Amino acid sequence: MSSWVTLLVDLSIIALLVVGIAQFRTPRGARAGNATAAVALLFAILLVLYRNTILSPGLLAAALVVGGAIGALVAMRVTMIQIPAMVAFQHGMGGVAASAIAFVELTRAHAPLTPVGEVSGFLGLAIGAATFSGSMLASAKLAAKMKQTPTVFPGHNALLVALLAVIAALCVYAAAASGLSLQLALVGTLAASVVLGYVFAVRIGGADMPVLISFLNATAGLAAAFCGIVIQNRLLIACGATVAASGSILTAVMCKAMNRHFTKVLSGGQSAVAPAPAPALAPAPVEAEKPVARTREDAMKEAKVLLRQAHSVIIIPGYGMALAGAQFEVAALAKRLEQLGKSVSFAVHPVAGRMPGHMNVLLAEADVDYDKLREMDEVNPSFPQTDVVLVIGASDVVNPAAIEKPNTPISGMPILNAHEAKRVLVCNLDERPGYSGVPNSLYDLPATLMLLGDAKATVTELLHGLAAEAVVEVEEEVLA
Amino acid sequence: MADLALMLLVFALSFGVGYVLISRVPPLLHTPLMSMTNAISAVTILGAILLFAVAMGPGAKVVGAVALATAAFNLVGGFVITDRMTGLFKTHHEPAGNDGRQGNA
Repeated sequence: MSSWVTLLVDLSIIALLVVGIAQFRTPRGARAGNATAAVALLFAILLVLYRNTILSPGLLAAALVVGGAIGALVAMRVTMIQIPAMVAFQHGMGGVAASAIAFVELTRAHAPLTPVGEVSGFLGLAIGAATFSGSMLASAKLAAKMKQTPTVFPGHNALLVALLAVIAALCVYAAAASGLSLQLALVGTLAASVVLGYVFAVRIGGADMPVLISFLNATAGLAAAFCGIVIQNRLLIACGATVAASGSILTAVMCKAMNRHFTKVLSGGQSAVAPAPAPALAPAPVEAEKPVARTREDAMKEAKVLLRQAHSVIIIPGYGMALAGAQFEVAALAKRLEQLGKSVSFAVHPVAGRMPGHMNVLLAEADVDYDKLREMDEVNPSFPQTDVVLVIGASDVVNPAAIEKPNTPISGMPILNAHEAKRVLVCNLDERPGYSGVPNSLYDLPATLMLLGDAKATVTELLHGLAAEAVVEVEEEVLA
Repeated sequence: MADLALMLLVFALSFGVGYVLISRVPPLLHTPLMSMTNAISAVTILGAILLFAVAMGPGAKVVGAVALATAAFNLVGGFVITDRMTGLFKTHHEPAGNDGRQGNA
């Protein structure tokens, strides 16, 4: 095939991918776009198989079938709450693939690489391996298989720099070596990169996970692009660069949504844990207005009445809702409120959940209409006119301290302005602060009712309060 | 040298086009977007296949097979998960299955 035809074919595959990504504007379009991209890649694979003579077709077929079948099986079975762990795992697999290809290309004796190819090979190898270990760690944290808080070693930064230096030195050595010493140097590079990825990711945790997972998305794409330069394949470079761009954008979006500087996140940034203002400093006059020692039972009764009387309700779900597995109950509550003629919507903070957009998927799974899901900037102006806000398992993203208090870890972070609503119901497990450690001043407002306990049970109880008989009862009470 | 320039151009152009396209994706779809880009970065499968177009020692073959399998895992897994997730998003205009847990039923 002439190079012109090859170029044209490559360009059409890239065009198909562009069309696929461009359809990610609406959920329906996204599904079609995903199919488009799948067709484009299938086409690319068939073309490569057609153009080249495969020397071990049996092994190739076996590896493809095994990898593909496991991928399909896992993808069919994974639950939506496991998605972040699964996606992180896939970043890791992408790193392995890139690393393995770079390794084979670099050790090939009979096909000497250009200097550019060689440098790209080292980069693909190292970035791929570091992405692998970082992603495995992230995946384990997200699957709650290891502790989710950041771990900081003594001299953490120095350790990272030392590892980078070791990797660089090994690559310089490998560039001049050949045969066994080359292979050993590459294996050393691999090992050092795996350690680098681990050390890098281990001090990121908790609410910073969305940043880490987005960043690993970018590095996996970058590793693929470097592989493309080694084998001089335009498609690999193009796809890798696109994915790197996507990961970079999501990383920036997540950082902005938390008002955290990227470098702060990477350095395990909880250094910002400012001396937490004593909870006693909470607005003092409130005490007088707020009936002391209100029992949960009283609070629940009042909450039910508030919900029955409300005209507009905004639900703010947080990761606590997902942890309690309460999304189906919450969706049922929203449906019931709508049946009773109230306007209901969901306010989704960009970092709700453990990866970008995770909360939307969780609510979609619970059968919440996606046009009821409203983004922060869109929903914030409507809080003052809202009768009741239901906070379910969220803390930092509704903490007014982010606006009111300087020098806390969340100061300046954009929040959902729940505190502006007429009444606020907080269905959290306890009164403890969120990941940031900053006490939530929303809890102390006179407009706030605390319904502490397991969110699933609390929401179910609220739902019972809205059952037909219960509503009639209240109406009778009101009439009487 | 011309090759290097071309490759850099391809990289820069794709990064630019990708950047513009992806900045327009609404936050609603960021999770499916990330899982689809995972599948797209499994384009490394082409590189893995090409390894098998040249003679290799047994050790390299094993490493090549690992590259193939992991890329195939991402390729299939990424597209299937994205399809399931995007299939979950419904509006009241469309009939929504009673069993909200099933993605692509």
